[in-house]
Amino acid sequence: MVVRALRDEGVKYIYGYPGGALLHVYDAIFQQEEVEHILVRHEQAATHMADAYARATGKAGVALVTSGPGATNAVTGIATAYMDSIPMVVITGQVMSYLIGEDAFQETDMVGISRPIVKHNFSVQSAEEIPETIKKAFHIAQTGRPGPVVVDIPKDCTTPTERYEYEYPKNVKMRSYNPITRGHTGQIKKAVDLLLSAKRPVLYTGGGVVLGDASAELIELAQMLNVPVTNTLMGLGGYPGTDRQFVGMLGMHGSYEANMVMHHSDLIIAVGARFDDRVTNGVDKFCPTAKIVHIDVDPASISKTIRADVPIVGPAKSVLGEMIQLVKASKKALDAEAIKSWWEQIEEWRGRHGGRFRTDDSELMKPQQVIEMLSKVTNGDAYVCSDVGQHQMFAAQYYKFNKPNRWINSGGLGTMGFGFPAAMGVKLNFPDADVACVTGEGSIQMNIQELSTCSQYDMPVKIICLNNQSLGMVRQWQDMNYESRHSQSYMKSLPDFVKLVESYGHVGMRVDKYSDLEAAMTEAFAMKDRLVFMDIAVDPFEHVYPMQVPRGSMRDMWLSKTERT
Amino acid sequence: MRHIISVLMENEPGALSRVVGLFSQRNYNIESLTVAPTEDETLSRLTVTTLGDDRVIEQITKQLNKLIDIVKVVDLTEGEHIERELMMIKMKANNGQVRAEIKRTADIFRGHIIDITPNTFTVQLVGSSDKLDAFITALGTANIMEVVRSGVSGIARGEKVLSL
Ligand SMILES: Cc1ncc(C[n+]2csc(CCOP(=O)(O)OP(=O)(O)O)c2C)c(N)n1
Ligand SMILES: [Mg+2]
Repeated sequence: MVVRALRDEGVKYIYGYPGGALLHVYDAIFQQEEVEHILVRHEQAATHMADAYARATGKAGVALVTSGPGATNAVTGIATAYMDSIPMVVITGQVMSYLIGEDAFQETDMVGISRPIVKHNFSVQSAEEIPETIKKAFHIAQTGRPGPVVVDIPKDCTTPTERYEYEYPKNVKMRSYNPITRGHTGQIKKAVDLLLSAKRPVLYTGGGVVLGDASAELIELAQMLNVPVTNTLMGLGGYPGTDRQFVGMLGMHGSYEANMVMHHSDLIIAVGARFDDRVTNGVDKFCPTAKIVHIDVDPASISKTIRADVPIVGPAKSVLGEMIQLVKASKKALDAEAIKSWWEQIEEWRGRHGGRFRTDDSELMKPQQVIEMLSKVTNGDAYVCSDVGQHQMFAAQYYKFNKPNRWINSGGLGTMGFGFPAAMGVKLNFPDADVACVTGEGSIQMNIQELSTCSQYDMPVKIICLNNQSLGMVRQWQDMNYESRHSQSYMKSLPDFVKLVESYGHVGMRVDKYSDLEAAMTEAFAMKDRLVFMDIAVDPFEHVYPMQVPRGSMRDMWLSKTERT
Repeated sequence: MRHIISVLMENEPGALSRVVGLFSQRNYNIESLTVAPTEDETLSRLTVTTLGDDRVIEQITKQLNKLIDIVKVVDLTEGEHIERELMMIKMKANNGQVRAEIKRTADIFRGHIIDITPNTFTVQLVGSSDKLDAFITALGTANIMEVVRSGVSGIARGEKVLSL
């Protein structure tokens, strides 16, 4: 019933790892061909693969893990998806229902463990419930503010000898769950009024635009009014990175101009973004002159950290669509003079090149140069799946994303080990696309075992490892706040990555000089059907800048090791 | 400020733990909590009293509304409402003077003596939490052996109802 329900839901791939509680289900998988199972090497990777599929397509990915250790290994992946509002269905095996509560072999209370990190979870009580429960799980995961849903199924509910009537419901209705489908027209009118009378407006947009498929509407609204746009870490790609109106990412490692624009604006239109602490910096000093319009599907995100003047609860796509219509119909227009001088100011900030990296004479590459090269070699069109650390921030700052759903990273939880399985999940579903995993020598080792899965299923991703021989992001904080006492942020004993990947049957490349980089990277991406691991030596002393000064305002930033705003 | 939040939710296993979990996970305070099925046995009614400024209370109601099992949420303290709590209190009552004193005080507070032994009185009292507190203050804690309070239940005044 489980496998049939997944098939009827239209699921093509599931990612998982078998075990005692799932043996019946795995036997059912064996006896059909419509749902293909990908055997990972660690359950965490299964969840990240499912998660990345969802980030790239907007549809829920599916992971299947056994009870006990299988389920607990999946916890990090579930939490990762939860923090970034990613739709995902995780099916966990459970011990026989008559053993639950007895500390049976491989029993863990997965419903309890997962409760704070899921949108919802279900504990199946009888086999008849399975089809409807799975339908509900997809419905909840994919609608409203998306999120992961866990379905815990005791082994005896999947016994193949017991037969039940099976029907997969087309729709489900739940009296207690009615996600909002459009914004309040009166509020939207107010927002448009404010927008058209603003002198220094900015559009601040997040993951909600990407997940909510609202990029086209964002572009149209921004361009018809010539308003600057900044994206959060999760929102990158929501607005084209090469467009003049794009001022870059904002926040802790945001661009100088993005943070200046925010601080000095008189109107912030926040769309599908949640005023996270990595964005706002000190909330009491946040954007003192700005009025705030906040558009979000989740009412609880609005006025949580920063009070909104005009709250609008609704999906980004429909609300932005209505705003566009209202702007078109309005007799009022933006004050052209004001917008002109706003742009002059912005261009001046942009011209200062605050926080951009500098190269020196040494042959040692700057990590930023590697990302710029990646952007060039792949034309800004690759799926870039990142791990967590300095390399992630460099990728966010220097890769110019032209399209949404291509920047795939763990923003909310910051999960090292996410990038590689994520790249696998994307590559499997988009076999013709360029898929890069940007990682560090620390992060890649958190799920390196998946090199084996890649050989088995032929997933030729490109791993771009910015090897700075240290846990760079940790070391940067130690440099800045702990007088460079590098406690445990240096790993001796790094493997020879080239030999390592070769032992799995993949291609390894080591690049030490910038002058070799372009040719090597071009060659790597030309090998369409091979996994290539590029181990790239970069400057181990580089820091990520700009960096906001803790608890300051948005404009308080370190621009280099010695300059501050 | 103290708020009384009333919640209508699916009467399903796990629903209560989601509510309690939400409060601890997000560091919200719970003063008291009561829960029982309603006349429609698929629904439970939960009442929680909590402390917090307007921003916190707004977050609490929004976060509660987000839980999938929850059907409706109201903050009763936003409107006219009635709150009641039940208390049973067992006291040492081993001489005539104390017994008379307890009896008199219970009468003033419209309590009932619901159990008696030669050495104890057990009094039942219904009212707002303030009234129950006042009763304890009036009698002093010296003779108290045991106090059981139900936690607050509440309902809106007038014709307003919390239902499907
Ligand atoms: C699972 C996990 N453990 C610890 C951390 C804390 N952490 C954040 S960045 C970082 C260092 C990452 O090192 P590396 O992958 O080499 O990237 P770099 O910063 O050097 O580019 C650490 C340890 C984390 N984010 N995730
Ligand atoms: Mg590193």
